[in-house]
Amino acid sequence: MGTTVTTTANTWGGGNEPMGASYGKLMMWFFIVSDALTFSGFLAAYGFSRFKFIDNWPIADEVFTHFPFMHGVEAPMYYVALMTFILIFSSVTMVLAVDAGHQMKQKKVAFYMLLTIVGGLIFVGSQAWEWKNFITGEFGAVETKGGSILQFVNKEGERVKLADFAATLHEERVQHERKNGVWFVGEPSLPSYSVAEVQAGFKAHPDLLIRTEKIYRGTEAEKADKTLYNELNKEKHKTVLTRAESEKMLANAHLVVEGANLTRNEYGSKLFADFFFFITGFHGFHVFSGVIINIIIYLNVLLGTYERRKSYEMVEKVGLYWHFVDLVWVFVFTFFYLV
Amino acid sequence: MAHDTHASNTKRIWFVFGLLSFVTIVEVYLGIERPHFLYFTNILGMNLLNWVFIILTLYKAYYITWAFMHMEGEKPSLRWAVVGTVVFLILYLVFILLTEGSYVHDVFKVGTIKWNF
Repeated sequence: MGTTVTTTANTWGGGNEPMGASYGKLMMWFFIVSDALTFSGFLAAYGFSRFKFIDNWPIADEVFTHFPFMHGVEAPMYYVALMTFILIFSSVTMVLAVDAGHQMKQKKVAFYMLLTIVGGLIFVGSQAWEWKNFITGEFGAVETKGGSILQFVNKEGERVKLADFAATLHEERVQHERKNGVWFVGEPSLPSYSVAEVQAGFKAHPDLLIRTEKIYRGTEAEKADKTLYNELNKEKHKTVLTRAESEKMLANAHLVVEGANLTRNEYGSKLFADFFFFITGFHGFHVFSGVIINIIIYLNVLLGTYERRKSYEMVEKVGLYWHFVDLVWVFVFTFFYLV
Repeated sequence: MAHDTHASNTKRIWFVFGLLSFVTIVEVYLGIERPHFLYFTNILGMNLLNWVFIILTLYKAYYITWAFMHMEGEKPSLRWAVVGTVVFLILYLVFILLTEGSYVHDVFKVGTIKWNF
């Protein structure tokens, strides 16, 4: 009886750590669980929309093809792969900082924390550059009245920019600005070409064809379809139409689309850009706040706060968060760029 | 707790870094090459290449959680509380949403609404 009482007193007397983890670490784990569920909610929603529009989802290899200082060179995926390496490496320096903290080596912890911060900043910068390319766009496209995107290719199947063929018509179309309107509403900036200019340019270049959003599956019905330009069509690539059908489709155009925003984008399905902005943006926000938290902890390390506390557990806790951000990126990388 | 971790783990950390880098290189290579026999073989509603990507991703996730986040040093109760919860809920959600997504796709395909014109 006596022993039982003592045990109870010890259990509820404070200083006991459930699951063998300190309060702060356990709470960080629980936060990570909830944040992981938020991210997986986003990614699962992305999967839902992608399965819903599986026949006309943009192909990532064709969207993300830029690499710094290599203008005009098609380099699918290399840049994101580099970003992935940077983030994994900053995860490594973080875990090295935690490791040095266990051995109470203040200078080493500070050095590795600094490297982690630098890695995080490079990553956020890269993401901003990736966004810039995505928003600016490269080739431009046309949206039909039905809401689908038409892109332009030549007879070799290579993409053609609007700037390379659109005619210059003498049209008067000035951007409507807020200050001119009665009701103080403006309109977004106008595309470089009007629909009529694209249509006229298309007519003047007989070697141009239209590529639709639809992915070619090589079915019997598609092979027999006379409206498809089947010399170019490859399985699991976007479908190219014949010249006659292209002209018919282009007559239906009502908007010129350059780059991407939340309403429409030149790559195809509207939801593609929405999910790209939302998921990579939310992840980038996590990286950014991770960098801020890391800077705070780094300053504390420099001031010797944890030296006096005789424990570097704080570094371990922000380390958990930082690794989690890396973990999320591994999944984003797979589902946005690879699959 | 964690007295055993006072010994330096650097060797293992660099090993895991090498492993993660190697897997990423393999993924990027496969993503650019898209080998025909993987890309055009379907298993369970997805091509084999996608399954390879997903398995490699889970492999990387395991190493990040276990080695970097030091899950291997935690008690089994904590491991289950965190990983078990997340894995169960994600599998559940993904199953429901993907099934529903492909159902909606089929409805669009056979339905009378013409939207892609």
